[in-house]
Amino acid sequence: MAFDSKDIAAFSDVWVFCEQRDGKLMPTDFELVSEARKLADEKGCKVCGLLLGDNVKGLAKELGGYGADKVYVIEHPTLKTYTTDAYTKAICDIAEDLKPEIFLIGATYIGRDLGPRCAARLRTGLTADCTHLDIDTAKYVQFLRESSTLDVDKMKWDYEDRGLKMTRPAFGGHLLATIICPRFRPQMSTVRPGVMKMNDFDQAKADACEVVEYKVDIQDSDLETKVIEVVKSTKKLVDLIGADIVVSVGHGISADVQKGIELGTELAEALNGVLGCSRAVVDAGWLSADHQVGQTGKTVHPKIYIALGISGAIQHKAGMQDSEHIIAVNKNPDAPIFEVADYGITGDLFKVVPLMIEAAKAIK
Amino acid sequence: MKAFVCVKQVPDTSGKVAVRDDGILDRASMATITNPDDMNAVEAALKVKDATGCKVIVVCMGPNPAAGMLHEILAMGADEAILISGREFGGSDTFATSQIIAAGIQHYGLDDDDIIFCGRQAIDGDTAQVGPQIAEKLHIPQISYAADVAVDGRKVTVKRMLEDGYMMIETKAPCLITCIKELNTPRYMSVKGILEFDQKPYYVYDYNELKDEPLIDPDTIGLKGSPTNVYKSFTPPQKGVGRMLEGSGKETVDELFGILTGKHIL
Repeated sequence: MAFDSKDIAAFSDVWVFCEQRDGKLMPTDFELVSEARKLADEKGCKVCGLLLGDNVKGLAKELGGYGADKVYVIEHPTLKTYTTDAYTKAICDIAEDLKPEIFLIGATYIGRDLGPRCAARLRTGLTADCTHLDIDTAKYVQFLRESSTLDVDKMKWDYEDRGLKMTRPAFGGHLLATIICPRFRPQMSTVRPGVMKMNDFDQAKADACEVVEYKVDIQDSDLETKVIEVVKSTKKLVDLIGADIVVSVGHGISADVQKGIELGTELAEALNGVLGCSRAVVDAGWLSADHQVGQTGKTVHPKIYIALGISGAIQHKAGMQDSEHIIAVNKNPDAPIFEVADYGITGDLFKVVPLMIEAAKAIK
Repeated sequence: MKAFVCVKQVPDTSGKVAVRDDGILDRASMATITNPDDMNAVEAALKVKDATGCKVIVVCMGPNPAAGMLHEILAMGADEAILISGREFGGSDTFATSQIIAAGIQHYGLDDDDIIFCGRQAIDGDTAQVGPQIAEKLHIPQISYAADVAVDGRKVTVKRMLEDGYMMIETKAPCLITCIKELNTPRYMSVKGILEFDQKPYYVYDYNELKDEPLIDPDTIGLKGSPTNVYKSFTPPQKGVGRMLEGSGKETVDELFGILTGKHIL
């Protein structure tokens, strides 16, 4: 049947684009499959992974362990490395054929290139960089009760509505907006990495996952871009998203940048944590962008987040305020970071942090 | 050859942001700026002009105050400006916005050796969707997250950043490139540019001007033509103020670590 994005009844199931790089799945894939499982259970439908690459079929079953019922595998030499053209062609071909109702894509540098292009070709909406998804209206209302200042009891709700409610930060994290796509399918969303909770891996479910090969026809004439080379960063990247403890430095280290970074690094090491920073530090060129926490950097929710000399711009808070325990050290008692901190110390980080390193080493 | 550059006027979210009680942003009380990534796109287009002598056309969709911003970009060295503005375009999401901007570019005329530059994303919506969607609607290739751009005739080579490295990608004009701040440092307006900007062509495309473009259809533009709608907008509750510890000496730090270990947080 011809594809018509307005023919809502023709669409079913929750799909996840499962990104691989160099033949390895991305951690975001497991987060998204887990979230898709939650949504599919609310809807009573299937979770389907969509895996593109060359010789990647062997990766598919693992996705089942996190909640995928089925994985469609599209293998083609041109899909080995990501290109906008080949991936958009393959994804739109299968989506037009099999008609997913919901389609999630990780908001990685690749997902954010691919998502908008696919949504435009499928003639549907796309919500960028989502941090929360709901089907069930009652659950959404409960989410608002806990996470907003809205008086939900005074508002009218359509509890029958089964559309996807896609919530995302806007205006640098000052506002959250819930977006819907009521008239077109699939309902598409890119989802912020590191935010959705990953299910525990279940080997029995992985074994039971159905793997379906799907063929697409990609011609050379479909390809308008050519990847000449892929260069991996030689230095080890910081795993901020997976860290239990993050120690971040901010503009407060400006008095002695080298010493400030040393102190932050040493405290992070003493706590088996990872060094993060605010945007000011990256903009000044003191640390590389992979350390950056915040709206334009990474979102983290470690067990402990320690902010050293970070004033706490809303963009920074947007990336760390959901940490379980927040500790802030700042010279300025009025710094906004103290508004989200569980424990605050007003003082000079160059004096306080050496004491913290000592205390951290003492408990080991 | 021409270089188009798409720019957006945005509220300055790095300053004070006013949110009304009902969760709507009070835009009127906020300063507006040219979106930062878009300034890198302007510079990228001007660099192509420096090297080839091509014409640079700046394109902006938005309400009329965008005029001042366009004057500034003309004074930096852009040759012509197009303001796409009209009541019919209001309320557009990224799908409808890209539809309208693509129509505007087609209306002006897109040639086989043209390049369109956009910023990666705007600081108000942070979607990064309009650039790729313009490219899709014009049926031209896109390269996003550009940290380096080399143009040699119709051949365009771009260093495209990834979280864990980069790709070198080659394509042919016409194409669309979205720019990140690592790409360049935007230049200032020149004295000559400031003296001459008001003699440069400045077009306003309203609905009547664009309505015969194939991409323009009431079903594809404005609020009615937008597949996505805002269901609710809200502010997160302020977290209760935590505990400020007295002093900043050894006793204070020991107290902190005592609490953390006592509560088994550490």
